[in-house]
Amino acid sequence: MRTSTGGRVGQYAALLGYLVFLAFPFLWLVSTAFKSPRELGSLHPTWIPRDPTLDNFRQAFDEQPLLRAAGNSLLAALGAALIAVLVATPLAYVMARHRTRLARAATGWVVVSQAFPLVLVIIPLFLVLKNLRLINSQAGLVMVYVVWALPFALWMLVGYVRAVPAELEEAAAVDGAGRLRTLVSVTAPLLAPGIVATGLFAFITAWNEFFFALVLLKTPEKQTLPVVLTHFIGAEGVADLGPLAAASFLATLPSLVVFAIIQRRITGGMMAGAVKS
Amino acid sequence: MTVVTATKRSAQGAERADGGLRPSDRGAWFLVLPALIPILVLSVGPLLYGILLAFTDAQSGRTEPTEWIGGLNFQDLLHDTLFWESFRIGLLWAVGVSVPQFLLALGLALLLDQDLRLRWLARALAIIPWAMPEVVVGVMWRLVYNPDAGVLNETLRDLGLGDGRDWLSGLGTALPAVIVVGVWAGMPQTTVALLAGLQNTPRELHEAAAMDGAGAWRRFWTVTWPALRPVALAITALNLIWNFNSFALVYVLTSGGPGGRTRLPMLFAYEEAFGYGQFGYAAAMGCVMVAVISVLLALFLVGRLRGGDDA
Repeated sequence: MRTSTGGRVGQYAALLGYLVFLAFPFLWLVSTAFKSPRELGSLHPTWIPRDPTLDNFRQAFDEQPLLRAAGNSLLAALGAALIAVLVATPLAYVMARHRTRLARAATGWVVVSQAFPLVLVIIPLFLVLKNLRLINSQAGLVMVYVVWALPFALWMLVGYVRAVPAELEEAAAVDGAGRLRTLVSVTAPLLAPGIVATGLFAFITAWNEFFFALVLLKTPEKQTLPVVLTHFIGAEGVADLGPLAAASFLATLPSLVVFAIIQRRITGGMMAGAVKS
Repeated sequence: MTVVTATKRSAQGAERADGGLRPSDRGAWFLVLPALIPILVLSVGPLLYGILLAFTDAQSGRTEPTEWIGGLNFQDLLHDTLFWESFRIGLLWAVGVSVPQFLLALGLALLLDQDLRLRWLARALAIIPWAMPEVVVGVMWRLVYNPDAGVLNETLRDLGLGDGRDWLSGLGTALPAVIVVGVWAGMPQTTVALLAGLQNTPRELHEAAAMDGAGAWRRFWTVTWPALRPVALAITALNLIWNFNSFALVYVLTSGGPGGRTRLPMLFAYEEAFGYGQFGYAAAMGCVMVAVISVLLALFLVGRLRGGDDA
């Protein structure tokens, strides 16, 4: 198929428009992070900071306990990712390979859970965790994040399991390998890349999460990075722009790096999960 | 292709395995339980508990026991004009974000499906809104909209389009301003879903239509759109739900202000529950939100599916 030159020019113009729209807010964030307070206070801001400085980063760490918050976020995200993958993989295996009522109910839950309004879930969740004495605790938050990450994790993992030919497992069984042995030494290695991608996605989801952290963590020592970031914005909505931009930029880096690594697998996994058999 | 064939084959395998394994399937329970318990305790349970709470006078930090009050919360809600105003804003926001999100994402997906240079750059940039924490997206756009240090007003000044304004605190501009942010934040997922759908449309059909002299527009409506429609419907329905339930973006951008102009139902219910401690009342709001959303969504899907039969 050939497209006319005029059509091509139009397509490139449109693509350029998209590139600008997608990139400019982030570039502005980066630019703001390196501007001096004096420059931020003056009218006519520029794209390139006139005299770039790291003061905002230093000040951001002075104003808010960013390191501790990052540690809290890291702990919650790592815990959530590990546990989510550990509990989701076996269930996804059953959902992909067996057509039991349970597997169908699990699939139904994955779909319906996308429509839960958080308000309806958060209040009872708050009460349940309070009774378990898990309010304002990392453990409680990790448990919530695990369940929160499960629908998408299951969705992706089911796709990955289906892509492993059942014949391989049957062949192993014929060769005399037990069920557990087959799962561990035949299925698991083939699933490993998918499991890692799913875990990393759960990591980003938890690292970025705000609402549950806001409601469930009360004391500043326990709070995660997104919650602490909002402390830069004062009661009247007045924010110290420089440090806010600097801290936000740093908080985003892990998500961007991890996401760049798994992007292909995520989009592939979404499709694989969507293929109905 | 390989994925599809592998899936088909393993599906057949699954049926066989199913027949053979079911009788002694204690193993399957062992595999399922670790996920099932957290799901029941922290998702299904709270959902049911939340529905029950809506019929009580539960409040936070109260010493008297909670009592059943029947439909009293719902009666109060019916007359709560603030809530319905917030609900209206929520619907405006959900539709106002989801529709442009879909159109822009469709445009981008169609471009990315072409053999253009710089495609890799667009794919790379599309990661940014998707991977970013919502709080940071909010912060970033506050910087863009900032009346003095923001890039939007400065650009307007450079173009001679006036002095700009304080977008997020203007009564008329706050909602459109946050809607733009919502569109920006949700575009990548929609694009990826649509792009995947596009790549499943039959190339041969496209070429045959081109041979027959069908223009680009006609080819889109007769070949691409019919193949893309199921994906488009599914992602739009999901977007509507996700957007209606969104919280963090607007919380950071405006906290619902000015004068409640951007107070989405989630923000309203959050204030009611954790600001004023009215657990029962907030749960009732949640129930109403689910009910209305399910009805609207059902109507939307039924309408769309019907429309498809006529076409």
